[in-house]
Amino acid sequence: MSAAPMTASAAGLMGCHACGMVVRKRHAKPGQSLRCPRCEAPVHARKPDSLQRTTALLFTAAVLYIPANLFPIMTVISFGQGQADTILSGVIHLAHGGMISLALLVFFASVLVPVLKLSGLTFLLLSVHLRWQWRPRDRTLLYRIIESVGRWSMIDIFMISILVALVKLGNVATIETGLGATCFGAVVVITMFASMSFDPRLIWDVMEEEE
Amino acid sequence: MAATTPTETVAFIACHECDALLHERVLPPGSIARCTRCGGLVQRARHDSIDRTLAFLFAGLVLFILANVYPFMTFRLEGREQVSNLVSGAIVLWDEGLPELGILVFMTSIGFPALQIFGLLYVLGPLRFEQRPARHFGPVFRMILAIGPWGMLEVYMLGVLVAIVKLSEMATLAPGVAFWSFCGLIVTMTAANASLDPALVWKKLGAAR
Ligand SMILES: [Zn+2]
Ligand SMILES: [Zn+2]
Repeated sequence: MSAAPMTASAAGLMGCHACGMVVRKRHAKPGQSLRCPRCEAPVHARKPDSLQRTTALLFTAAVLYIPANLFPIMTVISFGQGQADTILSGVIHLAHGGMISLALLVFFASVLVPVLKLSGLTFLLLSVHLRWQWRPRDRTLLYRIIESVGRWSMIDIFMISILVALVKLGNVATIETGLGATCFGAVVVITMFASMSFDPRLIWDVMEEEE
Repeated sequence: MAATTPTETVAFIACHECDALLHERVLPPGSIARCTRCGGLVQRARHDSIDRTLAFLFAGLVLFILANVYPFMTFRLEGREQVSNLVSGAIVLWDEGLPELGILVFMTSIGFPALQIFGLLYVLGPLRFEQRPARHFGPVFRMILAIGPWGMLEVYMLGVLVAIVKLSEMATLAPGVAFWSFCGLIVTMTAANASLDPALVWKKLGAAR
């Protein structure tokens, strides 16, 4: 990496995170804020308190992930008999019903993606904390993947919303939502905020200092 | 808003992901430029970006209205019928004591996509006709880009698919006009997002200052 380009920060510049405008670093006057002249977003060299915010959000999501998996996300009540489904048992039912490809899809979106996000972001946070030099390009790629796959975990939540609207036939068949669904929805939203608050430029700042 | 300290701008690109300072390049339409340091996407140039995006947005607007007006799905079981609309799921969740989940489903499947369609039409329309952009277009466009990840039309469709498969064993399901409009909406909005070149829009908005 001998021909590495200079960073904006080292050149006394900062890129607006919202619109990409590059402005010169300077201190805001007391009581004033520093805003991008083009889109009026607050500008800063790095996302403020990125590590603390990401850690706090990640921790909250990890705690909520437990009830999200333990409690049923919905209960199908048909002719007085109820059958409760958690996220994992829903996947297993799909697989038993012969819907292997769909079971795999739901498994990927509802189980694999949240686990990948929680563990991947934890790994990225640790790597910045411990000032690792290891493969910054690949870690940036990991961040990019985490950022883009998060939304797919919403499949289960949407499925429930469609089922509760359709299956409202009194004692013939009804579907009730469970506590697990609310917790899982919260996990998806909070992990999305967590990945947004992480600043991948921190991975590269460590490289800069050692060079 | 608190008073702001004026800033001085320079003509460079700073990579969003590694902060590398890069020269802006003139790209042929349809190509992209990646950061030499981290490989992140730094520039993308589109063919007739604003015209195409506007065309897809108008088609999307029509489909969005159809998807919200007509029935989405009919559920038949033992001679009984239940018709649902696109918004029904969110309302039922709200009614059944899960307002947070109801709002989440409503915003990600209807609210944010609507804000995106109307917001983009509002900003791109005047730009297309070379009108001097209003001062608030910058913050509006920034907001539209920020809500991008929260509009989840295609994820919603997969949720519908899973629901259909789950129910197909016990009942008959008939997709309505709104269902097909929603499929079209996903295609048009994906196309609109693919033809949008935010950097170009920012340049046009910035030039007016
Ligand atoms: Zn800006
Ligand atoms: Zn980069």
